[in-house]
Formats: sequence, structure tokens, C-alpha cells
Amino acid sequence: MSEGIGARVLRKEDKRFITGKGRYTDDIVEANQAYAAFVRSPHAHARIIAIDTSAAMAIEGVETVLMGPELVADGIGNIICGWGVTSKDGSAMNMGAWSALATDKVRYVGDAVAIVVADSKSIAKLAAEAVVVTYEELPVVVGSFQALAKGAPQLHDNAPGNLIFDWEIGDLAPTDAALATAAHVTEMDITNNRLAPNPMEPRSAIATFNEAEDHYTLYTTSQNPHVARLVLSAFYNVAPEHKLRVIAPDVGGGFGSKIYIYPEEIACLWAAMKSGRSIKWTSDRTEAFLTDAHGRDHVSTAKIGFDKDGMIVGLKVDTKANLGAYMSLFSSAVPTYLYATLLSGQYNIANIYCNVQAVYTNTVPVDAYRGAGRPEACYVIERLMETAAREMGMDPSELRAKNFVTSFPHQTPVIMAYDSGDFAANQKQAQDAADVAGFAARKAEAASRGKLRGLGYSNYIEACGIAPSAAVGSLGAGVGLWESAEVRVNPVGTIEILTGSHSHGQGHETTFAQIVAERFGLPTENIQIVHGDTDKVQFGMGTYGSRSGAVGMSAIVKAMDKVEAKVKKIAAHVLEAGEDDIVIEGGAVKVAGTDKQMLWHEVGLAAYTAHNIPAGMEPGLKESAFYDPTNFTFPAGCYICEVEVDPDTGVTEVVQFVASDDFGTIINPMIVEGQVHGGIAQGIGQAMLENVVYDDAGQQLSASYMDYTMPRADDLPNYSVHHASTTCPGNPLGMKGCGEAGAIGSPPAVINAITDAIGNNNLSMPATPAAVWTALQDVRSKLAAE
Amino acid sequence: MKIAMIVNSKSVSREVSDNTLLVEYIRDHLRLTGTHVGCDTSQCGACVVHVDGQAIKSCTMLAASAEGATVTTVEGLAKSKDDLHPMQVAFKENHGLQCGFCTPGMIMTATDMVARYQAQGKEITEDAIRHELEGNICRCTGYHNIVKSIADGASKMTTV
Repeated sequence: MSEGIGARVLRKEDKRFITGKGRYTDDIVEANQAYAAFVRSPHAHARIIAIDTSAAMAIEGVETVLMGPELVADGIGNIICGWGVTSKDGSAMNMGAWSALATDKVRYVGDAVAIVVADSKSIAKLAAEAVVVTYEELPVVVGSFQALAKGAPQLHDNAPGNLIFDWEIGDLAPTDAALATAAHVTEMDITNNRLAPNPMEPRSAIATFNEAEDHYTLYTTSQNPHVARLVLSAFYNVAPEHKLRVIAPDVGGGFGSKIYIYPEEIACLWAAMKSGRSIKWTSDRTEAFLTDAHGRDHVSTAKIGFDKDGMIVGLKVDTKANLGAYMSLFSSAVPTYLYATLLSGQYNIANIYCNVQAVYTNTVPVDAYRGAGRPEACYVIERLMETAAREMGMDPSELRAKNFVTSFPHQTPVIMAYDSGDFAANQKQAQDAADVAGFAARKAEAASRGKLRGLGYSNYIEACGIAPSAAVGSLGAGVGLWESAEVRVNPVGTIEILTGSHSHGQGHETTFAQIVAERFGLPTENIQIVHGDTDKVQFGMGTYGSRSGAVGMSAIVKAMDKVEAKVKKIAAHVLEAGEDDIVIEGGAVKVAGTDKQMLWHEVGLAAYTAHNIPAGMEPGLKESAFYDPTNFTFPAGCYICEVEVDPDTGVTEVVQFVASDDFGTIINPMIVEGQVHGGIAQGIGQAMLENVVYDDAGQQLSASYMDYTMPRADDLPNYSVHHASTTCPGNPLGMKGCGEAGAIGSPPAVINAITDAIGNNNLSMPATPAAVWTALQDVRSKLAAE
Repeated sequence: MKIAMIVNSKSVSREVSDNTLLVEYIRDHLRLTGTHVGCDTSQCGACVVHVDGQAIKSCTMLAASAEGATVTTVEGLAKSKDDLHPMQVAFKENHGLQCGFCTPGMIMTATDMVARYQAQGKEITEDAIRHELEGNICRCTGYHNIVKSIADGASKMTTV
């Protein structure tokens, strides 16, 4: 069985992409296509005094210019955050009003003020520039600490002090007590830099309103078209769900940024209704930097205490999370339930306390970006562990190993109950692959060439498979996080799988077909995966949080269970055998121990002709299922990074990167390795290259590829990727999830390696050559002073 | 203005405004949508096509400048529609793509770089491939498998 679970099946979707036949949103042109451009605020904080559209309207080819007050008057609702977080004093979070088009104030550079609709892209852009907006500029604040300071400019009237929530988890008093009596305490200030997600396909939308049918169609670059439809209907009042079809065709990467429903899609749908034109909008790259939800941006102080034997006694973390100017869809969950719940890392820690203050600033809204909270948690605990080991003069891998959780299930003090894992096995595998034993010799050899070599670990754990609906509901989620699937066996025996997961690079058309091939013994070419269209797929919560395997595929398994049961009933009836004696193998449905069988397609045909099926059975062979996970899943692993620093320039090369991951069951190792490669690249990008930079006026200085350092091929190494897996007990295939691990585990490994090389632990991300060189000079001045 | 060129072995001519970029001519007027636009500053390389045998970023060339030129896009790379170019095969076999958005530009850059190195009789090393990819950005693959794909495609291109 070469195409089943565990096989390196080449991707079914590739042919269209390598021949230029992919179908992305911007590739589609509707009849009578009009184009939208947005008038955006050039100020980070200002009051709108007046908008003059006369010059824009006078341009030939301009259809309409529409603004916020009319949008509000038409009943289009404010953009909402779908996860309610409660502050430690019991108060609800302070969600500021966010209209798709600003009505009175703008709060970040790029905030949309008006939508211009015209016959062509260029006319629309020209006309957008001709709209004259008079602003009264207001004071600006961009950093979390500054925003929380007394007298800071206030963004939203209902959020005094710019505080969105002041949340806590864990027990403060026992944690303080444990730290007070600890034999050793390591304390650090830790910043997790703000990133721009940058999927290569910019966001795009095409909105069409069919007046005769009172029906809307939206093509959009979405990771979750059903969620988009639900939110557009239930909260933004664009149209009821049965009057709105959302299609996410080929989508060119997401990394979280395409989860959310942005102002542009809302405005395009509304403007399509107002103008009677089909409206297309495609972001340019600078617009993407200015409007796609950013990631990370945490500033923390963290303390970890150890007893005299190096066992952890307590961990205390204080974090300021900059959520930007408005609360994006899942923004509140990222620095709380997706972050602080993972601070225990791979370790037995009896006492943990974390306080998170989420803050408004005059910057782009911040939400989930590949890893979403778990990279921030991993960075805190893994920087602490490495630093503590150095301070205590211990081997960092031994300090970690001695504190590993080794028995499962393991209840941490911060909600999560780890279900499985073998952290020591991952560490051993990574150490062997990295030849850690040979590091001293490599370091000496590098020194002979004038280079500084360093090695750093990161033992990550994260939570995927989000999530048990009742559990997340109790924590404030506004939606259930199950997944749905439908298995349609056609009369000729071919199969369509309709899934609520959405592939935007993950290879679902291949891996989802593999689990069906495995189950029914069919070739994957007979199996078609259908996704991304609310008119075809019954429902879906979409793809993020590495959930498509553990949740999406589990739903398919549940639907296949039902198909299998019906197939067996039909075959037992036709072959005059007992149901329990029927087995499915190699594309045939057989009576075990006999030569009696039906071919798979004969069962399909029997189901649809219904000439000879059991009495009372419904014809057809199509089953659906909704799968609600029973627990989070816990991918974990050990990453080892080795770097070489040129002390004269600070230029740092990643000379080796080794990953040992525990993803549970792996369907297609080729695809899983690809996910890890990409995740590590984004993690190295965060650690060494990428940074969203604002000036004090709230202007984004890094809003193009001339200014924001995207990792290039010559910035990155080859990756040495390995697996040492334990089966996840929580879902039918035993899967944990692999999409984000690379981005979660890698940044601390890189920084731990560079700080090891240069002998200065005071280094923030991104560790650019200038930052590394400066840190080296600090060491040298200190040495010189001594 | 009327602009004519040969695209994927076919003579084409379109009436376009004089500020039309080559990528707009290809995508919007010829409706060949395999060539993509991923940035505004000629950094990402999703728009790479061949003009008179040389890889160029079609977002940075006016259609008027390509008047009379021979242009190949990813749709025209294979010899026939039942065929794939060895570099296309290599990207599939080495999992050199995920979301597919940068892929056409990657493949067009790759075939150009390999052809240049082979014409000069130079070996195309991994370092050379990584250096040559300076103008092509991928956010999904971490480049590992793209580099492998190009090395593999290069070996297959020599035997063509």
C-alpha cells in the first residue's frame, strides 16, 4: 500500500501550480468587473474633520466613493473580537469600536476611511489619492509601556489607560513564596518582536451582489470561508448566511493573517450592493504591511527559581501585549489562553503565575501569526532555561532533562493537561543528529579561523488541535472549534471528500486523500478533496493552529466510519453473509475467509441503483460527520541551532539546524518535513532578520520588502529534520499537528546559540549583524574594564 | 497604444494604455494568470518571465518595452501541454512548493539560472543556487526543497 498513511506521496495539487494554472482570487475576473481602492489614513491618530470626494468623483471611470457614516447608517456592524477575556477583577475586556470605514477617528496609519470604486485599478488608485480628507492630528502612542503610562494619548473612550484587559493565570502567593526560597533565581527582560506575516499572495477579495436573487458572492483569500460567512452575517449584517456564498479558492499562504475578516471584504460587499458592480480589491505589499494583522509584540519580565539540585520551584511572568489600534478576531486569546497556558514548557513546575496586560496603541492590530502565543511562551521559558543553566554552571540540556515531565497525563498549573510525549527521546535524537559531542572541536576549529561558534537548545511544547468546543467556550471563545467532513462515494466508486479545513499550502488534497486510500484500499487518484466553498461544504471552522490533521482529518475518519458501516451492510446483504464477516481490503469488499466479494465500485453502484439493498435502507452512499476534539494535542520536540559569528562584523551564519519533533502519527513525511522547514525559516527570520519598526509618530518604517527583511535563500541553512513520535491518545489517527512547531521552537534555539557564541546574554531579536556586533563590543568593553 | 509581441510562441497584440506594465499585459490583457504579483518593489520575484531568453521581473518592465519581444511565461515553459519542463517536474518531485504562489517565478528564475551556468560550463552549486535566488522570496518552504529542486532540475536539464 504505497499511498496510505506514512507514504511520501507526491502532491496531487502540484501540477496546477507548476504550470501556472492555480486559481487565486486575483486571477478571477467577474463580468462588469469594477475595482476598489481604499483611502487610508496617513496619520497614526487623528480626528476626521471633513472628506471632500468631489475631485475624485469627477475623474472619468469612477463609479462611487463611499464612506463610514453611510456604512454605519446602512446597519453594517462593527468589527469584533470573537473571544472574550475577563480581567482579574472580573470585568469584561474593553473592546473599542472598529468600523470597517472610519467614522470619526483614525487610529493607525492605514486605517480605512473611504472606498473608491472605479472601472480599473489605476483609476481607482488615482481617485483614492484625489479624495481630500481634512484631519486634526492627535497625539500618538506606539509602545505598550508608553500606552500604559499616565497621561498617554487615549485611543478608545471605553478603554481607560488604553488597557484592554488585565488578566492572570496561576497562583500568585505560592509562586512568590517558592521564588523567595529558591536557591537560584534567574530573572530576565524578554521582548518578542513584532512581525508582519507576509504570505506571498497579498489579500484579495471579489464581491458580487445579485440584486434579482438578493444574494452575495465573495471570493476571498481566507483560511476559513465558513467562519468568514458566519461573522459577515451574524456580526457585520452584510447578508444572512443563506444569501452569502464565500469562496476561498487557491490561497497563497496564510500563516494566520488570513483567518480574520478585514474591513476591506466588508466594504467591498457593501459597496457591491450599493453600486451594483462586482468589486475586486487586491492589496499591494505596502498595504499588506499596513493592514494585515501583525504578530507577537510582547514585552515581558520573567523569573524562574530552582532548588539547590536544579529543580524548578516556580515561574513568574509579567507580560505586556500590544494589540494595536483595534481588537482583531482572536487577538485576545493569543496573549492569554494560547500563551500563558504553555509557560510550563516541557517541565514539571509546581508554581506558575502570569499576569498579562493587553494594550491599545496606534499600530496595526495584532493577532495570531504562525504559532500564536506559543512562540512567545516558548521563547520565555527556553531563554530562561538556557540562561539559568549558564548562571548555575550546568549543561543546558541536563538542566532541562532533569526537569522534564516524564509521566502522562500531566496536569500543569496553567490549564493544559499534557497527554503524551517523550521529551528525552527527542532531545537524544537531536543531540545525536547535531553531533553535540563534537561541538567543542568544531568551536575550536572555528576559533582558529577567527570565528565564534555557539550552540543553543530549545525544547518546545505547544498546543494544537484546537479545540474542545465546551472547553474553549468556558474560556471565552465565541465559536465551537470542531470540524466537519462529508464523504461522498459516487456510483462509480470514486470518492469526494468535502472538508471544512482549508488548504493554503498544506497539501490537504494529498494527505486527506491518503487517509481515505488507506481506509478503503483505493488509489488516491480516485479521491478528490473539495474545500473552500460555503455552497459545497456543509460547514467548517477552517485551518489555523495546526488543526487540520488532528481535527479536520478526524472528522473525515468519523464520516468514513459511517460509510464503512453502510458498505458492510450492503455487501453483507448482496453476498448473503453476516455483516461482521465483511472486510474491506485492496479496493474490494470481501466475505472473510471466502472468495466471495464485491469490488468497491460495485458496492457504490448497488447503493445508488438501490435495486438490491437491505429493506428499509436509504439509497446512496454519502455520510457526514462533525468531530469535536476531546483535548488539545501537544506537539513537542528539541531543536538545536549552531551558529558561527564573525566578530569583526557581527554577521552570523546558521551553520546547522537540527529538529527532532514529536507530531504523533505522520500521514506524509515529505509534507510534514516541508512544514517544519518553513516554520524554522520563519523562526530564524524572527530571530535574526524580521522586525516591524514604528517611529514615534506611528509611521511604519518597515512597510516594504526594501525595509522589512524577509528571509532569502542565502540567509538560511538546510535543515536536519527528524521525528521521534508518541501517539496522541486524543484522536482517532493519533495526530498532534506540525504546521507551527518550526516557528515556535526555533527562535530561542537561535538566540541561545548566538548568545553562547558571543558570551553576552543581553541580545534581543532580531539579532542583526549590528545588534550582534554591538553586543560583542559590550563584552569587550567589560573585559577591557576588568 | 497597440503592443505586439510573441508570448509562449504565439503572436499577440493588444491595445493598452502606455503605462501598462508587462505583468499587467500578461495577466490582465492576455489572461495568463500564472505570473503573479507579490510586492511593489521588485523584490519578491513572483512575476519573473523570460524576455528574449532572459529572466526579468515583469512588474518592472513596461509592456511597451517588450514590443516585438519573445516572451515565455510559466504557461509556455513545457514543450507541449501534455509535457512538463524538467524543472517543473523537479519542483514536484522534491516538494519544492507549498502554496504555489511564488512557484512560477521560482521556476522561471531556476530555468534561467541553470541555462546561464550550463552555457558558461559552470557547475551550479548549492551556494550558487542560494545566491541566485536573492530576487525570489518564498514564505512557505524555507527554501530547503526549492534549492534541492533546482539542483535536481539542473541535472535533468543537462540530459534533455
